[in-house]
Amino acid sequence: MIISSMVKNGAILCGFALLTTGLVATINTLTADKIAEQEQLQLTNQLQEVLPHSKYSNELSQDCVIISDPLLGPYDNQVIYRARKDNEPVALVIRHVTPSGYSGDINLLSAVYRDGTVAGVRVTKHEETPGLGDKVEVKKSDWITTFNAKTVQSESDDRWAVKKDGGQFDQFTGATITPRAVVGSVKNAVLYAQDNFDALFTAANACPEVTP
Amino acid sequence: MSELKTLYKEGLWGNNPALVQLLGLCPLLAVTSTITNALGLGLATLLVLVGSNITVSIVRNWVPKDIRIPVFVMIIAGFVTIVQLLMNAYTFGLYQSLGIFIPLIVTNCAIIGRAEAFASKNPVHLSAFDGLMMGLGFMLVLVVLGAMRELVGQGTLFDGADLLLGPWAAILRIEVFSFDSQFLLAILPPGAFLGLGLLIAAKNVIDAQIKSKQVAPPEAEKGPRARVTSLT
Repeated sequence: MIISSMVKNGAILCGFALLTTGLVATINTLTADKIAEQEQLQLTNQLQEVLPHSKYSNELSQDCVIISDPLLGPYDNQVIYRARKDNEPVALVIRHVTPSGYSGDINLLSAVYRDGTVAGVRVTKHEETPGLGDKVEVKKSDWITTFNAKTVQSESDDRWAVKKDGGQFDQFTGATITPRAVVGSVKNAVLYAQDNFDALFTAANACPEVTP
Repeated sequence: MSELKTLYKEGLWGNNPALVQLLGLCPLLAVTSTITNALGLGLATLLVLVGSNITVSIVRNWVPKDIRIPVFVMIIAGFVTIVQLLMNAYTFGLYQSLGIFIPLIVTNCAIIGRAEAFASKNPVHLSAFDGLMMGLGFMLVLVVLGAMRELVGQGTLFDGADLLLGPWAAILRIEVFSFDSQFLLAILPPGAFLGLGLLIAAKNVIDAQIKSKQVAPPEAEKGPRARVTSLT
């Protein structure tokens, strides 16, 4: 008796599982292209924000290398996009992460020209305090654009710090940790780009296999 | 007809999932920092609630009592995943700003609560209407709370509406007043608790007033009637 009801209930559950999974799978197939397109669009927009499209002529989001280096943050496999104009190296767009923010990791995207100056920086993801640390977002404040056209002279370049630490970048009222983390991380990314610029451009393209 | 009216009153006011049942507080408190986020999550919850209520009601006679909960959970999870995929595809910006709270709709007790308490015992059209009204009730509270927090916290209304409704909606953004620095208490989670507390208090005050008005008329009628009986 109990066996037969177990079998019956099991069969019904199984039927529902197949039905819902089938439905989800169908919707997934139908929306997969659209979602990939949206992600690609977002990537293009992000890249466009840090590096103007007029500066390069290749398909930037399809030309990259995967790098693991402590200068780019504590995680392995950061993506670096390579901008070329008429096959000449122009700039690198680097994804990097800093764990030194006030709350969680701050993900950044920085573009560095061949001469070592910064083309643009954007925060792509963060969990900083709303109203204080979130001024690193370009939506909230134009602070992040103060990196534009700056360059790092050397490892010991003390201008790359917030004003409180004797550097050239403003801190925010009530939030010093967040800009300090961002400045430090961008400095490291720029240093990495300067040291490895030509080597990165000769490396094999890793992008087609990587989903953004 | 009166059944529909009861459902409509219960969902929007008398048994409002957010103000009376106090269900689904996690998303309620977490995402109501702006109207746009609140509306987005409210709509997603509404869709899931209507969809799951209809489905649960359709299958209610074929599902043995012993396994109804896993079946309901599966149905709800299926709907949430579908809504999540659709939002990811068509409202990408909003999908990113709501983040983890879309999949967390699965854990919103208001949804399984309605499936178990109502849809599993009632015909399809009533269940659908119940889902719609409960969803609307939940969404309204989300939006009101979002409006309060957005207004007090950053002095705007409909900030980022274009993420939900398309580029044209950017003009909906109203800057009521501007601060040098935002009023953090309203934006952070404590502001959500305080706001919800105020809303529940307001509802209770209104209920008390309605009640006191309803009690009064019968007493007023009593007088004349007593006189009539004494005359005859």
